[in-house]
Amino acid sequence: MARVVVDVMLKPEILDPQGKAVHGALPRLGVEGVTEVRQGKRFELEVEGELTEERLAQLHGIAERLLSNPVIEDFEVHVA
Amino acid sequence: MSGDLTVGVVTFPGSLDDVDARRAVRLAGHQPVALWHRDHDLRGVDAVVLPGGFSYGDYLRCGAISRFSPVMEDVIEAAGRGLPVLGICNGFQVLCEAHLLPGALVRNQAQRFVCRDQGLRLERTSTPWTSAFGEGQEIVVPLKNGEGCYVAAEATLDELEGEGRVVARYLGSDPNGSMRRIAGVSNPRGNVVGLMPHPEHAVEEGFGPGTDGLGFFALVGALVADRV
Repeated sequence: MARVVVDVMLKPEILDPQGKAVHGALPRLGVEGVTEVRQGKRFELEVEGELTEERLAQLHGIAERLLSNPVIEDFEVHVA
Repeated sequence: MSGDLTVGVVTFPGSLDDVDARRAVRLAGHQPVALWHRDHDLRGVDAVVLPGGFSYGDYLRCGAISRFSPVMEDVIEAAGRGLPVLGICNGFQVLCEAHLLPGALVRNQAQRFVCRDQGLRLERTSTPWTSAFGEGQEIVVPLKNGEGCYVAAEATLDELEGEGRVVARYLGSDPNGSMRRIAGVSNPRGNVVGLMPHPEHAVEEGFGPGTDGLGFFALVGALVADRV
C-alpha cells in the first residue's frame, strides 16, 4: 500500500474569499502578524500494490483532470 | 415560432431546477424531454438544458463530478456538432468544468449566497438561446447563487469581448464579483451558452419578476443540429 497526496491550491491571482474570511478571524482570536491565509484542499489516495511510474503518471492525470481545475487551481502530487 | 422542437433537460443527483426548466420549455411552446445523468442517451432531442441546482452536493468543485457523468459525454460530443446547449447556474458550472466554455465560477466575492431579481443586458443575440431578444435589451430574471463569480485569465476575457461572446452582463451592482460583470458567455459558434441567472424562473406572470426569461426557451430560428 502506498499513499499519494495531492495538494490543490487556488492560483495566486484568484481571489480566495474563504481564506480572507479565516484571516479576518485571526485578530479576534488574538493572533497578529499573519499577513495572508489561503485555503486549499488535500486529497489522500490509498493505492494498492506497487507504485510504479505508470501508476503515478495515471494519478497525476487524475489530479489534473478531476481533483483540480487548471483554470483556477494549481496542484502538487507527493508520495507520502 | 417553430413550436415543435424537443428540448432535453438533464437531471443530475442534486439538480433543483430541472422541473422548472421543463416547464419553461413547455410554456415557450416546445416539448420538454427528461434526460437522466446515467443514460448514454440524448433521446434525439433538438437542444439540451443543463439546469440549476447542486449536483453531487457541489462536492469537489461545483459541476466537477457531473461533468464526468455518462450523459455529459453525449452532450459534449453533440455540442461539438452544433447542438444548442444552455447551462443555467450549476449547468453553467458544468459547462465550464467540461471545457465547453472558458473560465470558471468561484465563490461569490462577498462570501454570501445571493438571491434577488437581477437586471441583465443581453449582448450576444446570435445564439439559439438569445435570438428572441434585441441586442442590448435589458431584462430582469432571478439570480440565486453562492458560487457565481465568473473568473478567467485576462487574455481569455479579452478574447471573449473581442469575439462578442459575452452573452449577458449584470446591470447595477455586481451581485457576485464576476470579472467584467459577466453573467453569461458562449462558445465561438454560439450554440453553447452558460448563464448564471435563472430565466426559467421568469416565464409566467405572477411567479417571479415577469416573463423576461421566456425568450431563452423560444429557440427562435434555432439552427437545429443533425439529430443525435
